Amino acid sequence: MGYKAKFRVWRGEGGEGKLEDFTVEVNEGEVVLDIIHRLQATQAPDLAVRWNCKAGKCGSCSMEINGKPRLGCMTRMSTFTEDETITVTPMRTFPVIKDLVTDVSFNYQKAREIPSFTPPASVKPGEYRMQQIDVERSQEFRKCIECFMCNNVCHVIRDHEENKTNFAGPRFLMRIAELDMHPYDVADRKDAAQEEHGLGYCNITKCCTEVCPEHIKITDNALIPMKERVVDRKYDPLVWLGSKIFKRSGSGSKG
Amino acid sequence: MTQTAADSPAPARRQRAQIKERTLRTDQWWRYPLVTFIIFTAFLVYATWAIFDNSFFAAPYHAPFASPCLAEAVCPEDARLFGWAPLGDWYTWPPGLLILGLPAGFRFTCYYYRKAYYRGFWLSPPACAVNEPHSKYTGESRFPLILQNIHRYFFYAAIVIGLILAYDAVKALIEKPGGIGTWVLIGNAILINLYTLSCHSCRHITAGRLNHFSKHPVRYRAWGFVSKLNAKHQELALISMFSVMGADLYVRLVAKGILTFTFA
Ligand code: SF4
Ligand code: SF4
Ligand code: FES
Ligand code: FES
Repeated sequence: MGYKAKFRVWRGEGGEGKLEDFTVEVNEGEVVLDIIHRLQATQAPDLAVRWNCKAGKCGSCSMEINGKPRLGCMTRMSTFTEDETITVTPMRTFPVIKDLVTDVSFNYQKAREIPSFTPPASVKPGEYRMQQIDVERSQEFRKCIECFMCNNVCHVIRDHEENKTNFAGPRFLMRIAELDMHPYDVADRKDAAQEEHGLGYCNITKCCTEVCPEHIKITDNALIPMKERVVDRKYDPLVWLGSKIFKRSGSGSKG
Repeated sequence: MTQTAADSPAPARRQRAQIKERTLRTDQWWRYPLVTFIIFTAFLVYATWAIFDNSFFAAPYHAPFASPCLAEAVCPEDARLFGWAPLGDWYTWPPGLLILGLPAGFRFTCYYYRKAYYRGFWLSPPACAVNEPHSKYTGESRFPLILQNIHRYFFYAAIVIGLILAYDAVKALIEKPGGIGTWVLIGNAILINLYTLSCHSCRHITAGRLNHFSKHPVRYRAWGFVSKLNAKHQELALISMFSVMGADLYVRLVAKGILTFTFA
């Protein structure tokens, strides 16, 4: 049940490049990544694409298909009509190395800027006692496969490259939320989230949630709760007054 | 077959793919912002008209946009909250003006409405992976948008407003249990209160701010309940917006004598 599909693939290096047209065979059950591989095997042997698992679990094959950030290996050809032209481009937010391969080191940089899990000095490894309900919330965030499509789609840096220094992106603001919700983490995450990692730039328009292949509710379950925690710390006069009167300094609202 | 960064020689310049199209999306991405714009504008137009419309009471029905009525000069005896009208004769403007700021502020700073109007009115962004037209962006990190952080105070006020609408509905139920208007008000009061309870600030206050759920079993259960509602926050925001508009219009039509059948 094969047919010939029309593809437009962005080709180029170091930012310069253009969309190239291809006509390529498609068979039943195939995904976009299969077609890219067929192009490599037949018409464009030097076409660069990053992939690994072909199972939606490694997060390598992030690309933009008809303008939407998608995993190439999880986008079925059957979701397109046979006469549709399918446009495949690299992620826009990150510098391109070659063709569909982008340099995602921005994300590793941001990951390093977040202080790691910081347990209280008095609790030794092996002494942690946590109940399932205490960690359940953050387990959702651990499903992340680091495809970085959320950071790619976020308009804060996609449309405003100059914000990259001030904004960690939804992936890492979610990481901060995960740590802040951790029963044994004592580091200050709230001020840092707002002042250093740019939580205030997020205007909760939910594109990160829309593109996440793991269907993590990034905005509802990580970013908005984190915003509320920041309000506790910085913008709520009653909570502030309470902390002055009762001298609840230090770990603040970690209940 | 794959090519990694290490295989390819370092390109001369590291920059993003230069693609001049604003978006390569082929679906109707403009529908969401357009529909949002139309619905919200219609709501604003109606609300503005309703605030200045004086037929807000048709015993025992009280139009939600004018409730509570707090001024002696403009509120019929029966329309007052437990007969209470703290403002004397000097206040002669529409009663809705007094309280309007609270529900309006609640919705304006609501996380769902923010998403919707940032997309539909400010085009920031109009849709995902569609470039926004603004050259600079600081989001909610500065004045004035940093003020969105007061949302929880509007939430406290919204609880009170929700109770008042429930009071109006119960009062109608007692005085005219068979009236359609009674059931319109009851339905609206339920939806408004569900919307209020599904608020993200409510979710945070019940237990979202805690890190040890296991030490607060009651609050944890409340959080579980609010979280379920919260997952439907967008739907509740829209449905309750239509219901409050519908209930308000209904009462005014009765008050104006346009709806006159026995069970109105
Ligand atoms: S919700 Fe916030 S972080 Fe997510 S894409 Fe939108 S602006 Fe970016
Ligand atoms: S949160 Fe979702 S979209 Fe973002 S990197 Fe993880 S899996 Fe990808
Ligand atoms: S190749 Fe691993 S996610 Fe697509
Ligand atoms: S009412 Fe929408 S988030 Fe509070």
